[in-house]
Amino acid sequence: MTIRRVLIANRGEIATRIIRTCRALGLETVLAASEADLDSTPARLADRTICIGPARPADSYLKVETIVQAALGAPADAIHPGYGFLSERPELARLCERHDIVFIGPTAAQIEAVADKLRARAAAEAVAIPVLPGAAVDSVDAAMSVARLIGTPLLVKAVGGGGGRGMKRIERLTELPAAIALAASEAGAAFGDARVYLERLVTRARHIEVQVLGDGAGRVIQLGERDCSVQRRYQKLIEESPAPGLPELLCHRLHEAAVRFAERLSYRGAGTVEFLVDEQQAFYFLEMNARIQVEHPVTEVITGVDLVAEQIAIAGGDGLRLDQSDIRRSGCAIECRVNAEDPARDFRPSPGLVTEARWPTGPGIRVDTHIAAGSRVPPYYDSLLAKIIAHAPDRTTALRRMHDAIASSAVSGVATNLPFHALVLGEPDFLAGGVDTEFVAQLLERDSLRVEGATLG
Amino acid sequence: MTLTAREVAEITRLLEESIFDELHLEIDGLKLHLRRGSPAPPQMVDDSAAAGVSAQVTPIVPDDAGPAEKPIVREGDLQDVPAPMLGTFYRAPKPGEPPFVEVGAPVEADTIIGIIEVMKLMNTVRAGVRGIVAEIPARDGALVEYGETLLRVRRASEP
Repeated sequence: MTIRRVLIANRGEIATRIIRTCRALGLETVLAASEADLDSTPARLADRTICIGPARPADSYLKVETIVQAALGAPADAIHPGYGFLSERPELARLCERHDIVFIGPTAAQIEAVADKLRARAAAEAVAIPVLPGAAVDSVDAAMSVARLIGTPLLVKAVGGGGGRGMKRIERLTELPAAIALAASEAGAAFGDARVYLERLVTRARHIEVQVLGDGAGRVIQLGERDCSVQRRYQKLIEESPAPGLPELLCHRLHEAAVRFAERLSYRGAGTVEFLVDEQQAFYFLEMNARIQVEHPVTEVITGVDLVAEQIAIAGGDGLRLDQSDIRRSGCAIECRVNAEDPARDFRPSPGLVTEARWPTGPGIRVDTHIAAGSRVPPYYDSLLAKIIAHAPDRTTALRRMHDAIASSAVSGVATNLPFHALVLGEPDFLAGGVDTEFVAQLLERDSLRVEGATLG
Repeated sequence: MTLTAREVAEITRLLEESIFDELHLEIDGLKLHLRRGSPAPPQMVDDSAAAGVSAQVTPIVPDDAGPAEKPIVREGDLQDVPAPMLGTFYRAPKPGEPPFVEVGAPVEADTIIGIIEVMKLMNTVRAGVRGIVAEIPARDGALVEYGETLLRVRRASEP
């Protein structure tokens, strides 16, 4: 089916970014926006904006039927879900299939296969990808016996969770019974699925993920890895590619494992396979994200591939236009996520009116943002303001460009985590490369005062 | 975005000198509603403070309009009935049947004025206001957005 008009069922920077590619491709754009976003940058850029409901996500961006109705009424041939919201809800993919609307993403069955973390684990094992020791548990007794085998520390994870949500860390077995009960009830409320499983926690690990594209008929290519180890409470803050200091052979094995996993699903579209790499350079499958990811620009600047354009081409029936041999990676790229969060107040979200926004420019700098002076940051949605991406032939130059980019960024009216990024970019361990996922917690424990002192612009 | 008292006074003066009875101004999240002859003061709403309010711009009509007053047909009494959700708007219960309401029909707050379909789910829409249907801007069978004006009702005084 030829796609001529795309309904974008998202907001913020990713809606803005999707509109940009649609325009470059000559596609009309219809933005499905909540009442709180009718004045936003993507609403101004889209050919048409349709108000889908009030600000609260449950009344607008999360309403599957309303989104499909908006696409039918527009009428749009395709829906791009972005990330978050409905992007990994099989109900939307399925309703699109039923109404002959192209869903720019994987099939509903593929979304389901990776949304169930136990099924995804089993699929990984089936193609000989190591998983962390763990198992599903349906009672406290079962949990205790599984936990004795795994050992502590361990994680209680929601089967329907993912993306850092629905996890509890257990240091001692005595904490387990209470944690299981709480995790199950929270998972039931948050994901509509109360099942939980246990998994060994690797404390000193790096989070490495691999970008893939699949044609939906069994052919999959990979576009290299991203190191997303700079996280705070499982939320990524800085991503880079290539993963610094990771042995070439290990990288190669990660790439191959990601392709194998996606091939098994006959995956369609853009997706990411996430792994943990421990201190002994052993790697384990974590999960697959069946959507475009926040940090996709890191891969785009390194490979020169417009991932959103490829998503649209695959969804529109053009298939996978690239071969593995077409993918050439050049240089190093780093991305910093600028959030409306106040580092001085435990990174509390800081909604409000942006009175000034200055974003960096210069060689190798890309900024994906929807924020300018006068923009509102509503309290209902995530706090991402901008992604600053620095690209250079080598990591040292990329770091220097990022350092200058952060220094020349300024946002007033809302607090931002820019001081946090400035702090990390001055940190010897980060500059040396290859920090693990504990890095941010340790840094903030040691240096919280420095972040506080530097806060707010 | 905010307006100074002087700016509001200036805008009020412009309205007074114009041929219009009502002015609704929206700039960057700020809403200013002015109406000629209204006893209520100009109202400014900041979006952040009025989180979750509907898109409907409700003219300020004094609740104590006076029981003695008959329904007065006056420009200022026009009230928009907004779509409570996005969907396909139908003016009649079934194709071929007469519409729920026509221009000139009296409506009560609970009078059904149309149906909004969202994925085969039919939702009845009620007037929410008492008066006479003055205008029906929404087309039968068309997509209406959340907050879009379905009809305009000339408000009657409260019984």
